[in-house]
Amino acid sequence: MLLAYASILILLVIATLFAGGTLFASYLVGPKVKDKFKHTAYECGMEAVGTTTVQTNIRFYTYALLFVIFDVEALYLFPWAVVVRSMGGPALVEMAIFLGILVSGLAYAWKMGALQWE
Amino acid sequence: MTEETIQPKVLEPVFNHANGRLLMPETRYWPTDMWKSPWSLPTYRRGAAVLAGLILGIAGVAWFIGEIGPRLAPIYTLAEQFALSYGVPAFWIAVVWTFIKGVFVLLAPALNALFAVWWERKISAHIQSRMGPMYVGWWHGALQTLADGIKLFLKEDIVPDCADKVVHWLAPVVVLIPAILVFAPVPFGKDLIYANIDIGTVYVFAVGGVSVMGIIMAGWSSGNKFSLLGGLRSAAQLVSYELPRTFAVLPVIMLAGTLNIADIAGFQAGYWGGIVPRWFIFYPVVGQVAFIVFLIASVAETNRVPFDIPEAESELVAGFNTEYSGMKFALFFLSEFAYVLLSCLLMSSFFFGGGAAPLPFLDFLPSWAWFLSKTLILMFCFLWFRWTFPRFRVDRLMDFNWKFLLPVSLLNIAAGGVLIWLLS
Repeated sequence: MLLAYASILILLVIATLFAGGTLFASYLVGPKVKDKFKHTAYECGMEAVGTTTVQTNIRFYTYALLFVIFDVEALYLFPWAVVVRSMGGPALVEMAIFLGILVSGLAYAWKMGALQWE
Repeated sequence: MTEETIQPKVLEPVFNHANGRLLMPETRYWPTDMWKSPWSLPTYRRGAAVLAGLILGIAGVAWFIGEIGPRLAPIYTLAEQFALSYGVPAFWIAVVWTFIKGVFVLLAPALNALFAVWWERKISAHIQSRMGPMYVGWWHGALQTLADGIKLFLKEDIVPDCADKVVHWLAPVVVLIPAILVFAPVPFGKDLIYANIDIGTVYVFAVGGVSVMGIIMAGWSSGNKFSLLGGLRSAAQLVSYELPRTFAVLPVIMLAGTLNIADIAGFQAGYWGGIVPRWFIFYPVVGQVAFIVFLIASVAETNRVPFDIPEAESELVAGFNTEYSGMKFALFFLSEFAYVLLSCLLMSSFFFGGGAAPLPFLDFLPSWAWFLSKTLILMFCFLWFRWTFPRFRVDRLMDFNWKFLLPVSLLNIAAGGVLIWLLS
């Protein structure tokens, strides 16, 4: 089993070599022509107006927060899902309570307008 | 259909007063001509014959080759004995063997991109009644993607002055490395698995999630407002759709009682009443809902239409990869199609019994052939969606996830619990 995880490490090495290698080889092969306007941001073909240092909307943060809550929940659900069939009734009831609390949290977020994208 | 409803062929240019256009000779009124009966057209019949020949030919080759897994074992022992006779330590033999296997795993997304891009262009072309790539390669532009890849490889790497150089360079690498790593615990057939780890399902979702980082890095480092917006939207979307995607798999894990992807596929072996395969898609209600939620969330996870908000051409130029050119752009493309392949492989493992034959008497074909055919059919759906559905608006996209898919997938877990209670 440990060998299987070690082989993932080898795959990581292969993937890094491939990604870095193709980029480096393409850099070596490709032309490098200096041009006055080539290195300006393309954006949408016109001259860029303003900068990218803008305030990010808060709604991204609320979604990120909700995601973290539910992703941690998913992490708890995985080990439970593996054993639920052998543990039977009690495990089902326990998870129903756990999920119930989280779903009520989602319902609360919904009601308070945290899921509203405007 | 009667003969009168078929529009007559125009023999000379006619000025159409209704729309002010010149109707050219030989203009076909395509729909009525086709709807007559496609089988009456010789080209259609020939196409069907070619397709049937291809499928039968591939099936014959697959039957001739048989299972690949057992055939590799004698090769390994032969190579091992050869290396041992030259005094190579056993540890290094294992490392080199794993490295060779890893290169084959790397080939999967690479060859998949070569094929899938060409296939997508052909499908889109035929859906829009045109031919698509026809010239490069010997048959229907089959080598078009290879030519495009070589072209991208030889292009100049342009980095805008306002970009953060290091992050701009790192972003495609960060996107691509997880896209290759996710294939480690995914089976391609019986015994054709790179790393048979017990937590395969969690591993795939966890490693696949790292690519979001790369997309944010790409959007942020480009020094371009639209890229930044694309990156942020993409992060919000990918992160959101990861939840129903994860929850959709849970009923499958609950029933199979394992996180190992090969074991989940193996759990679905056998047939109910000797005819209906014991695939999860056939479990009443739970299986179908889980599959549909997983399919929708997978389409969203791979940034494909109708969920392609991050790279919506008509509003954000090209989203997070606007400022990328040459090989960096190719790496983004490669990883996108790698994730499409991964989703299809996962779906065939989770819901379609992996390498199991759909009917008992079709057992003579090896498992990898069934894996491949199920994956290709699912991939066709992915490519088909792109030319069928219009794009979601950002707010509706998020609403659809948080107010529909997530509650449905949570309810589906409860339904899975009820199913387990009924089965026990």
